Amino acid sequence: MKFGVVVFPGTWSDRDCGWVIDQVLGGQLQYLWHKDADLKGCDCIILPGGFAYGDYLRTGAIARFAPVMEKVGEFADRGGLVWGICNGFQILCEAGLLPGALIRNASMEFRCEWTNLVVERNDLPYTSRCAELEVIRVPISHGEGSYFADPATLSRLEQNGQVVFRYCDAAGRVAPGANPNGSLHNIAGITNKRGNVLGMMPHPERCSEPELGGTDGLKLFRSVVESTARVLVS
Amino acid sequence: MTVKEIDEKRLREVALTPHEYRVIVEQLKRQPNAVELGMLGVLWSEHCSYKTSKALLRRLPSSGPAVLQGPGENAGAVDIGKGWAAVFKIESHNHPSAIEPYQGAATGVGGIIRDVIAMGARPIALLDSLRFGPLPASQHHFEGVVAGIGGYGNCIGIPTVAGEVYFEDCYTQNPIVNAMCVGLVAVDRLMRARAEGTGNTLLLVGADTGRDGIHGASFASVELDESSAERRPAVQVGNPFLEKCLLEACMDLAHTDAVVGIQDLGAAGLTSSVAECAGRVAGAGARIDVSRVPRREKGMTPYDVMLSESQERMLVVVQRGREAEVESIFRAWDLTSAVIGEVTDDGLLTIVDGQKEVARLPVGLLTDGAPLRRLTGVAPPARPTLELDRLQPLVDPGASLLRMLASANLSSRRGIFRRYDHMVGDSTVIPPGGDAALVRVKGTRLGLAMTTDCNSRYCHLDPNLGAQLAVAEAARNIVATGAQPLAVTDCLNLANPDRPEVYWELEETIAGLAQACRVLELPIVSGNVSLYNEHGSGGESAIYPTPVIGMIGLLEDYGRRLEAGLRNEGDFVLLVGSTHNDLGGSEYLKVEHGLVAGRPPALDLARERATHKLILEAARADLLRSAHDCADGGMLVALAECCMLGGIGVRCPALKPEAPVRTDSAFFGESPSRFIVSVQSRAMPEMQTLARRHHIEISLIGLAGGNVIEFEGQFRVSLAEMRQAWEGALIK
Repeated sequence: MKFGVVVFPGTWSDRDCGWVIDQVLGGQLQYLWHKDADLKGCDCIILPGGFAYGDYLRTGAIARFAPVMEKVGEFADRGGLVWGICNGFQILCEAGLLPGALIRNASMEFRCEWTNLVVERNDLPYTSRCAELEVIRVPISHGEGSYFADPATLSRLEQNGQVVFRYCDAAGRVAPGANPNGSLHNIAGITNKRGNVLGMMPHPERCSEPELGGTDGLKLFRSVVESTARVLVS
Repeated sequence: MTVKEIDEKRLREVALTPHEYRVIVEQLKRQPNAVELGMLGVLWSEHCSYKTSKALLRRLPSSGPAVLQGPGENAGAVDIGKGWAAVFKIESHNHPSAIEPYQGAATGVGGIIRDVIAMGARPIALLDSLRFGPLPASQHHFEGVVAGIGGYGNCIGIPTVAGEVYFEDCYTQNPIVNAMCVGLVAVDRLMRARAEGTGNTLLLVGADTGRDGIHGASFASVELDESSAERRPAVQVGNPFLEKCLLEACMDLAHTDAVVGIQDLGAAGLTSSVAECAGRVAGAGARIDVSRVPRREKGMTPYDVMLSESQERMLVVVQRGREAEVESIFRAWDLTSAVIGEVTDDGLLTIVDGQKEVARLPVGLLTDGAPLRRLTGVAPPARPTLELDRLQPLVDPGASLLRMLASANLSSRRGIFRRYDHMVGDSTVIPPGGDAALVRVKGTRLGLAMTTDCNSRYCHLDPNLGAQLAVAEAARNIVATGAQPLAVTDCLNLANPDRPEVYWELEETIAGLAQACRVLELPIVSGNVSLYNEHGSGGESAIYPTPVIGMIGLLEDYGRRLEAGLRNEGDFVLLVGSTHNDLGGSEYLKVEHGLVAGRPPALDLARERATHKLILEAARADLLRSAHDCADGGMLVALAECCMLGGIGVRCPALKPEAPVRTDSAFFGESPSRFIVSVQSRAMPEMQTLARRHHIEISLIGLAGGNVIEFEGQFRVSLAEMRQAWEGALIK
């Protein structure tokens, strides 16, 4: 099981993801340079947080054209695990690997704070260690994390059960007051229909050690390690 | 040569005085040409030359066993053990932020980050010390600055972990924006910006050079006036994405030994960075060909190129013959680099434009030639005194508490720090909102505590004592996390020193700073002076002296950190330290009586030091469950913070201070050298023994528990009411 962490110019969660994989999880880590169209045999590709290419023009809009992204797309099409966190989620939407878009927070301000997420799918490679409808605490850190999609897309997502994480209060209630950025349906993370591509705005790599305030993020990393054996890459 | 022979307008443009011009002509034995005059003008500006403050600054202690690099480099550095050095510095960006708040603050952050990078260190944390006029009138400054700090720091991926913000009338036209950066580097990889080795190559890296920011340094050295808005072209525009690439590329330079030194291009651009690099090596000079500097626009003159303050540029001194090796590292990050010159041994800074020589100046004249200004300080008229006997007694401490928690200077800062990424890096062990932030050093158990502090109202009432109190409070914030205070960076923000009372404030500030740092054994390893923070000439809009203290401290094992919030029901809540009638300059006086008057609290530095020892010994002996500095707003505000941060109330017997201490002083007075701590009941005897040994008074405030603060028979306020007041003020 080898994690590949993609590094674009302007990415900054690469080192945090790398730290958790390498130092906390004791897993195999490979950084993947944006200019290299080569996934180096990795089993799970992480598109980490940051401001790839400065997020100039529009978040993720330039990054999707990076040489590495072509390979990431092919890998996802074959059922490989592709996990976009924060800026990575934005890039996945721009690349068309996930539906919808992330727009400016409703507050019009950047938000860095802890959020509660209810896990609506625990049958995915990313969430198998979570209980059904478990509430996990994971911090957000973004200015453009408000999930948006047209009504048809949104209802398709809901019907297919593609919403993985929703912002909720500590008791698990999906309420407007628990929505930090104005995301439609309180959406914090979604998957594709096949369940191998995950995009989420919150940062699990920031809550994988008790000294950083919580360890719920580690559940997701552990899930991936345990689940990869079950996912067939054709 | 007389001054009349030079166009006086020209002199004003480069902010040189006729006397300074005469010195230049004397030294050069000729008239400088226009390019030379511009270069001398920026380097002799107050901002670059410290001509007004230099003699005074020599009084500050800057050495100590842990100091690896004191003032004079891009940033200071101290040894923190396990092979690591902490590199840090604070700098002002007040004038640009007054004109263009977003870009002013953003480029302030960008500049201080480059200072840390130039030392070879990876920046791990940012802090900001801000002052504005009261809201809502100063909303434009406040909003722009907060957004600018976030815009730059969030994008570049360095956490903003601590800081402070205060609102006072005196900052209405002159907001204060001081940014501090802390970085880490292996001790044996600490870089220095020295132009060593004749024939070595000067490589300019990063952004192309444009016309932005020309004369920024001179601009920072004059008072703002009605024409200041027209100076907007002197404010630079930041590109945090470019700086992120520059940062990573500079970190990759660690893979080669071809680099001799790195220097940030900040105020006064290429002129100052080359001159400073050469100035640090005896006899060294440099030759620069401006035609080789990559440009953003056409038609730039050598003058423009040498004075441009375009952001996100670094100067790298590379071993001759190994340029390709270094350039390939920058190319990997898609960064432009260009060989623009070389190190010489003639002690001259020679500027050529292709074949044509355009300037030739002795390095020493540029860096150390500015005649020091010898001003005379005169104490201002006495500040308003405070007659305690005439002060209305405290009626309802609970109601006063709620009003104070809701006041601009005491309310929760969550509305600000949630707009800053304070977590990136996976190292923020104590996040913003407590006393000091604590950032761990990955791969070790070390924790670096960091804070900025200054109560400028105290400094206004007594600049010497105010400066001492600022150092003491910063140290207390560090100690409250369980860390040992280690070293200081200072940013001295004052008004126009040409007025004798302001120069007196500068003298007194530095004297107070020196004394406090000496007694508390805290070397000042880096810093910055920002003068002329006033508008117009009458002094009515002068800022209070604002010597911002940035301090770092060391905790051997971050697992043993202390935080401010109460942790367990049933714990004893104690006040450590003695309380006097210290209402002078207090928030209580301002909020409840509308007064800025009296003397700041008296400070006994030996006692301050003993109190720190007591807290740190108690922490190491595992006696403490929480610790919080008791400062602005006094004991009751600090207690309320302990409760809100911990989510636990406290029940107390009635507070009946012994005469002559008044009840209002006991609740809201700001006697220094005090902490609020909580301890388990069985740790009490040991805590008492320890306190006696250090001759420090401790008294029981109450018992942790429930969801109210109650002083029996006096008042009762719920946590919910306090939170509403505290969080309501700055959160929309």
